[in-house]
Amino acid sequence: MKITVTVNGTDYARVVEPRLLLIHFLRDELRLTGSHWGCDTSNCGACVVWLDETPVKSCTVLAVMVDGRRVTTVEGLPRGGVLDPVQEAFAACHGLQCGFCTPGMIMTARWLLDQNPDPSPGEVREAISGQVCRCTGYENIVRSVLWAAKHHDRAGGDGA
Amino acid sequence: MTGAYGPLARKEDARFIRGLGNFIDDIALPGMLHGAILRSPLAHARIVSVDASAARAHPAVVAVLTGDDLAERGMAWMPTVFGDVQAVLATDKVRFQGQEVAFVVATDRYAARDALELIAVDYEPLPPLMDALTALDPGAPVVREDLPGGNRIFDWSAGDKAATDAAFDAADVVVGCDMIYPRSHPAPLETCGAIADYEPVGGRLTLWVTSQAPHAHRVLYAAITGLPEHKIRVVSPDLGGGFGAKVPVYPGYLCAIAASMATGRPVKWVEDRSENLMSTTFARDYHMHGEIAATADGEILALRARVLADHGAFNAAAQPSKFPAGFFHIFTGSYQLRAAYCEVTGVFTNKAPGGVAYSCSFRITEAVYLVERLTDMLARELGMDPAELRMRNLLRPEQFPYTGPTGWQYDSGDYPRALRLALDMAGYDELRREQAERRARGEYMGIGLSFFTEGVGAGPRGQMDILGLAMVDGADLRVHPTGKAVLAISVQTQGQGHETTFAQLVANELGISPDDVDVVHGDTDRTPFGLGTYGSRSTPVSGAAAVVAATRVRERARLVAAAMLEVAADDLEWLDGKWRVRGDPDLGFGIAEIAQAAHSALELPAGVEGHLDASAVYNPPNLTFPFGAYICVTDVDPGTGEVRVRRFIAVDDCGVRINPMIVEGQVHRGLADGIGIALMQSIVFDETGNCLSGSFMDYLLPTSLECPSPELGETVTPSPHHPVGAKGIGESATVGSPAAVVNSVVDALAPFGVVHADMPLTPGNVWRTIQGRPVRTDLSLS
Repeated sequence: MKITVTVNGTDYARVVEPRLLLIHFLRDELRLTGSHWGCDTSNCGACVVWLDETPVKSCTVLAVMVDGRRVTTVEGLPRGGVLDPVQEAFAACHGLQCGFCTPGMIMTARWLLDQNPDPSPGEVREAISGQVCRCTGYENIVRSVLWAAKHHDRAGGDGA
Repeated sequence: MTGAYGPLARKEDARFIRGLGNFIDDIALPGMLHGAILRSPLAHARIVSVDASAARAHPAVVAVLTGDDLAERGMAWMPTVFGDVQAVLATDKVRFQGQEVAFVVATDRYAARDALELIAVDYEPLPPLMDALTALDPGAPVVREDLPGGNRIFDWSAGDKAATDAAFDAADVVVGCDMIYPRSHPAPLETCGAIADYEPVGGRLTLWVTSQAPHAHRVLYAAITGLPEHKIRVVSPDLGGGFGAKVPVYPGYLCAIAASMATGRPVKWVEDRSENLMSTTFARDYHMHGEIAATADGEILALRARVLADHGAFNAAAQPSKFPAGFFHIFTGSYQLRAAYCEVTGVFTNKAPGGVAYSCSFRITEAVYLVERLTDMLARELGMDPAELRMRNLLRPEQFPYTGPTGWQYDSGDYPRALRLALDMAGYDELRREQAERRARGEYMGIGLSFFTEGVGAGPRGQMDILGLAMVDGADLRVHPTGKAVLAISVQTQGQGHETTFAQLVANELGISPDDVDVVHGDTDRTPFGLGTYGSRSTPVSGAAAVVAATRVRERARLVAAAMLEVAADDLEWLDGKWRVRGDPDLGFGIAEIAQAAHSALELPAGVEGHLDASAVYNPPNLTFPFGAYICVTDVDPGTGEVRVRRFIAVDDCGVRINPMIVEGQVHRGLADGIGIALMQSIVFDETGNCLSGSFMDYLLPTSLECPSPELGETVTPSPHHPVGAKGIGESATVGSPAAVVNSVVDALAPFGVVHADMPLTPGNVWRTIQGRPVRTDLSLS
């Protein structure tokens, strides 16, 4: 099937198998490997990207379902080469170790702060509760999101 | 000297926060094919026939490998890291559900999966052996006809049996219990995978692989494939977690190699999550009976334990080869004992092979759990507070170095200080008051303690090895003419931040910035030999090698500086990052200036050929012994059996902390492990051999809602034998925390008369325990 999709602001037209998962479309077809695959069952959230403005687990979305829509991945988060404060926050607060869950966590965190610029720790925990991190015990991810909320006007860092 | 130590932000983060990590499945080579594994649906069956003809006819399929195909290459079986053999692709029979039977190679990953459906395997089912407790019964199904010992793998013991029995006979109080440490799985978020690229012309194999131990892997690949070792390059890219799961060599890696050799093209194989949970290494699976003996006033006298260890279908335990039960016999914990004795019997069952792996310090996790549960039971029996009982029996600082009753020499420790700090941080007395008030209101709050001692940093040459390879690690340090340095190491980060911590180690010795040290790892062509990262050995062994190499650079720099300053080397002292003239400290040079000179036309003194580069191989004189005191506060809903972890206080002593931020992150991780293992994570089978935990919908991992915000404390007791006094922290919290969680839940349930409950303490298991109807938690056999 032919689909047209805007990913990180770039338009792509591709012919894909109807069964192709969005995560594989992004990773294998477009070579955007920042979003990861972790579980097959939409439990881990390593594959979270935005479909239009909403986070989705791209392992359980078919590529054909995004025809005519916009997808944003972690690679599309920086604006004009400047890191999003959430990206900066994860480095500043040791919010990652192996880095495998990080892109999905960052996408959810950015969405949360867009909806709720000043979340409580409990609201952050609720927002990321559909995603798994095996390294941090979540504490430093929570701290990272809260840091980003506090530094929302910050822009221009190189993140590390 | 700790100038470069401290909470430095990590070098690796720049790529990960941008989605620019380089994990195995991110790598794509030109012409690369995709492999998929056909796995056995049965736990135990004879293979009558494998017909792959329809799969071979699939238009996208390039090759299909069966066990017979591998047998022709001499690759149907491979050695395990514990000296057993394991089928790469089954030839005679399948021995666990999910075992590898055939390998399809196709032009894309979906087609490879499609073609698996086209392979017809005729199985003759055999009765499966799923319950380790029946493995040695007469008439039990035999898992391994290829071995002489039936289902018995080993009988092993440690300690002094006679002295232990005598201490028990003389004791006022003896408490004992059967307890299960259920089968668990490390479940790193990235599964395992490999890309094999064999170049027929040069006979050279490059293997990108999810390996925590690339050099040890290379040795095994050479042995299995027959390729000479110098023609094999193993590259371990960014690893999405490992926790021990990426130590062993898995059949999929060998299949990718064989398929690349067969097709002449690169072949990628990445397992899915079900394959990961059902076939790669498990952890724990210990059925333990423990007993503790004490005087009436609470002096612990002796411990003894009898263990049945379920090793699955092949003995692939990843641990030092001379220790069939790993370091379980450091099971005397942190207490003064007169005697201790343990016996461990290992058996085969029709479950996935592996064992040990999962941040467990080679089975010290099971030992800590046993002794800390028994200590709590003893406290209950004696009517003593469990904190008071522990404080009374902890080793005292003046007893170190301390040789325990099973022969291990603990290097250093101040245990009472750590426990006191934890109790203070928790507000222990106040917590006990609150608990009493809540109990009076019918609320069930638990306070659980654990005190643990690990032995990490394996290990001393002569005492321990893996398949004959001494557990020593190399480090190569190059210092460029501008004084920028590149350190090449043998160990492999899976998130521990080696690129940062090791740069800090070197920077600290050379008086330069960590920014000026690049750390190379994960490529056997670019790094010195060493056994890799597991058992918390990176900092204790490889970190020590890096420091020794750096001190050699510094000593060489001293000779060069002496030539530059035209003074005797003895007249120089290392002060604030420079070699300075004694008595005239303004006169001196730092490493950058000295490196420039070492590369220049300056006439160099005897003993310096030129440059400053140095290397080292570090043979640790002993293990290091991190320790800690943990307190877990839980609330249990007696109506639903749900456990909520309210607080977790963790005091860790890992010796000198190089990067405290990373140390704390590692503790956070391990505490989440403790909550997961104690409350939800377990790999369960039914009686017909089906693995019931083959996805994250069934194998539950803790999320942000189950993990509390931890409260961390530290004490610092340097290791006397490590060059910078560091001990290793990667596994401490995984080792120490499950016991604290279980002790807390059992404490909460004390009003119901509960003295023990096996992990995982799921709501169902807790509820049944409250009803007085606990079930076996290792099998769905209730």
